[in-house]
Amino acid sequence: MSRVLALLSRETALAWGRGGGPMVSLGFYAGVATLLPLATGPEPARLAAVAPGAAWVALALAALLSLDRLFERDYEDGALDLLTLSSTPLEIACAIKCLGQWIATAAPLAVAAPVAAIALGAPPHMAPLVFACALMGGLAFAFVGGIGAALSLGARRGGLLTAVIVLPLFVPPVIFGGGALDAFAGGLPWKAGFSLLAAYAAGAAALGPIAMAAACRNALS
Amino acid sequence: MIEGLRIENLALRRGGRLLFEGLEFEVRAGQAAALVGRNGAGKTSLLRAIAGLVRPEAGTIAFAAIEPEDARADHIHFAGHQEAQKPARTAWEELSFWTRWSGGSHETAREAAGRLDLTRLLELEVRRLSAGQRRRLSLARLLAAPRALWLLDEPLSPLDAEWRARFGELMADHLTQGGLIVAAVHDPLPIPALEVAIAAPAEAA
Repeated sequence: MSRVLALLSRETALAWGRGGGPMVSLGFYAGVATLLPLATGPEPARLAAVAPGAAWVALALAALLSLDRLFERDYEDGALDLLTLSSTPLEIACAIKCLGQWIATAAPLAVAAPVAAIALGAPPHMAPLVFACALMGGLAFAFVGGIGAALSLGARRGGLLTAVIVLPLFVPPVIFGGGALDAFAGGLPWKAGFSLLAAYAAGAAALGPIAMAAACRNALS
Repeated sequence: MIEGLRIENLALRRGGRLLFEGLEFEVRAGQAAALVGRNGAGKTSLLRAIAGLVRPEAGTIAFAAIEPEDARADHIHFAGHQEAQKPARTAWEELSFWTRWSGGSHETAREAAGRLDLTRLLELEVRRLSAGQRRRLSLARLLAAPRALWLLDEPLSPLDAEWRARFGELMADHLTQGGLIVAAVHDPLPIPALEVAIAAPAEAA
């Protein structure tokens, strides 16, 4: 247990410092969230209609930012070798790395998401659902993203490759989360969409680490 | 506890090239082996194969009285020529993390830092340390969490003459406590060691 906690605190600290840390992710998020609706025109009625969706898609893009260094740094400096030499399986280590990524980057973004949605004109009573979707979606983005990051280990321009691998896998959570937000805004039942989002996150958290560990072993050998 | 390491008829292939084949040697508790050979002969690959990171082309790597998975989980220290330290973290953060990851505690990490004369450097960021100090920080991990088999890749290269001698004493201590050492070296180890030549098939013939 002490190993798991030691790794979690290390990963969270590293993710906090990675790529400029959460402040850069937040800045990027604010930028994308304001850029997207500008393309549809500035009328408040139109903006309000796309606001939750824009805030949600921007979140997926911001989640990509710090992903490429998730395994890359440990791979380059030999830390990944040492992570395999432990009674804690590599699968668990990979899961903890994603969890650290989630704590350090997805949690701050989840706090920012309702602010962005409301600033764009979404009704304030949506804030709790936007927050919950962002938190749950962030979990899915971290674990699915980890697979892409592990698969692109050792490749030149691995960051770009990670994005290309990962973006298609971001489609289901974006659809489920966006659907839940849309349904809620329209006064329709939204729980189905949210449950599917949670199910996708749970599936990613359960299966992702197996794929990540296999990809890491392959990169090391 | 690993009581011995036996390599039998081992062949390794990297990137389509056969590095060596038919390699045989055995190390018992309390003994050290020095892998010698020119650059690119496969010394590092052999260490990585013993650590389970590289799959052998043929042959076996066996640990006396213990399954390979268990040996790799709890009984092997690997110190490659990369130090596995993040430049922006302090020496203490890195040492205490790797110690705990290898099964040691904060107390053993402090004690190991003292034995390698690192106590005054622990608050510094790793980027401020010299190459020799970083290597000592890596080696402190070996003392902080006791494991029987040490796999060392060029352990002495960044160290100065004084530290080469002092690390030699630490290795000798490890052997007298029943440990095993397999080290890839260019300069001779400062302790008695079985010399294992690593060479490509054509050269050996």
